[in-house]
Amino acid sequence: MAELTYREAVAAGIAQEMARDDRVVFLGEDVAHAGGVFKATVGLLDQFGPLRVRDCPISEQAILGAAMGAAMTGLRPIAEIMFSDFLAVCWDIVANEIAKSRYMTNGQVSVPLVIRTANGGGSRFGAQHSQSVENWAMAIPGIKVVAPAFPADVKGLLAASIRDEDPVLFFEQKSLYSFKGEVPDGEYVDELGKARVLRQGKDCTIVALALMVHRALEAAEILEREHGISCTVVDVRSLVPLDTVTILAEVARTGRLVTIEENPRLCGWGAEIASIIADECFWELDGPIIRITTPHIPLPSADRLEDNTIPSVARIVQEISQRID
Amino acid sequence: MTGTTPKKGAAPISEIGSETRLALFRMQLELRLCEKRAYDLFLQNLIKGTSHLSLGQEAIAAGFGVAMRPDDWTFCTYRGHAHTLARGASMTGVLGELMGRECGLLGGKGGSMHLTDVSKGAMGSYAIIGAHLPIAAGAAWSAQYRGTEQVAVCFFGDGTTNIGAFHEALNFSVIWKLPVIFVCENNLYMEYTPISAVTAVEHPAADRAAAYNLERVVIDGNDADEVYRTATKFMNRARQGGGPALIEAMTYRHSGHSRADPAQYRPKGELEQWLERDPIKIYRERLLELGMVEATLRDIEEEVTAQVNEATEAAKASAAPDLAGIHQHVWADGGAAWRN
Repeated sequence: MAELTYREAVAAGIAQEMARDDRVVFLGEDVAHAGGVFKATVGLLDQFGPLRVRDCPISEQAILGAAMGAAMTGLRPIAEIMFSDFLAVCWDIVANEIAKSRYMTNGQVSVPLVIRTANGGGSRFGAQHSQSVENWAMAIPGIKVVAPAFPADVKGLLAASIRDEDPVLFFEQKSLYSFKGEVPDGEYVDELGKARVLRQGKDCTIVALALMVHRALEAAEILEREHGISCTVVDVRSLVPLDTVTILAEVARTGRLVTIEENPRLCGWGAEIASIIADECFWELDGPIIRITTPHIPLPSADRLEDNTIPSVARIVQEISQRID
Repeated sequence: MTGTTPKKGAAPISEIGSETRLALFRMQLELRLCEKRAYDLFLQNLIKGTSHLSLGQEAIAAGFGVAMRPDDWTFCTYRGHAHTLARGASMTGVLGELMGRECGLLGGKGGSMHLTDVSKGAMGSYAIIGAHLPIAAGAAWSAQYRGTEQVAVCFFGDGTTNIGAFHEALNFSVIWKLPVIFVCENNLYMEYTPISAVTAVEHPAADRAAAYNLERVVIDGNDADEVYRTATKFMNRARQGGGPALIEAMTYRHSGHSRADPAQYRPKGELEQWLERDPIKIYRERLLELGMVEATLRDIEEEVTAQVNEATEAAKASAAPDLAGIHQHVWADGGAAWRN
């Protein structure tokens, strides 16, 4: 085990896959010579050369379109969209082309590619560089959606995404890039569609994603220590495919579900999980489902405003302690 | 001219032999008669939904179709019946797809606007304007990366030149020197509106070429020989690392934009003028001038008519798609499951 930052784990995951498979190529804006605006891809150009690690113009449709065309014809591209908000610029390629082609052609076309993107808030960048948009992606049939919280998952899930035969939208939470954690040495590949239980309690099950996993863990410590509320924390890791088996089992064990979502409230991923629980686990519930989300607003910029918008540890503690006893 | 030597089965540039000319004639006829049949089947309500016919534009699809290597790739638009057939896709498969039958190329899941036959290099018909230009560039990148000398050919209409993806794809393809040929079929109308009324330049594709350091190429898209020569020249150049080309082929669609459009916005006499320049009519006359025998052409016409009739009957006889298909092929594992 080595200790890597979340951003180093990105480069490690890509490098691992590029070294084993020369069909893997990487393209995006400022990703090669500059090593990415978040420095998550430093060293890849030196290691794999300019034919495999390529800087692109500011042309998001061309980047994802080219990735798709290359994937359809035998390569396994990784494309970076610098900020996830920019997906709106090339959403046609994601939602209409990449996601639908296999189905529309009755299985003739295969699009094995990964779109990596920096998602979410916490950096005071304002509403066009901070939004948490994983729920946009989750609404599109035909694309897998992954959002890791820890460096080990970044490496392992990125490797699994690159090897996957289906297109994957890989959301990296940008305020986690400097978070450090243990990452297995050598070849490391995880599995898509598996949630992870990070701690088990008896009073409620918190289901969280990416940055919110860290806040859930911190809140769970405080709830235990100061309020005597014992929480299970499940890291969803992958929204599509969704590990409902683990989530259903963990909710049934405690009788309560709390989702903690960075996305704006309406049609957030937690709503889908709440619906599944209400549908399939209703009689195991001891009380209402609680959704803690960013309000349904564009994200404000100022630190005081942003900190009071995205679910904070204090707000999680407060809401759970008031509603669960 | 590029002065390069054709290789790997690519066609010679200068002279078009009689075998090739007969192939061009036959292919144009196949595209025409199959498309006409699609129109007839609409009127019989055997084809539902919409459809965008390319009656009158066959010389472009045929000129490229005959010139392309079997492993080259075609990317086309929702007006893509002809381009898909021109790569050798089965006529029964095309008509079956339009009719929503099991025998359709896509098992009934794509329809008229998404015809695809990967086994023939027909890499899809795209119904969002402009989307397939960068996708074709990506295929060309894959060929360049793997050193296969394959070429991607991307067909689109004049209206596409005003959407962002057109400009992104051109710049991207030029800076990476990709083996992709962009072919603008300028049929004078974006949909219902004349392209001249909504475009800053006279030639919507060719007059923008200079902005991407490409040469200005305007050809007669109703002349299959000219299309074939142009296709061969630029595909040969692309195979040898010469990068992309942008070709504007002037043509005219004999029918409206889609099934819903009677095309009453066209000035009186315009259609009649273009019918005089019908690509099949002028090609037939040229073949006779070149000394081909009338009986040979008539034989081809009879063969193609029989082929279309046979395909129609086979498609009609095919069942409606199995309902199991609804939940198939969302994912690579063949299924549609998004949860465990």
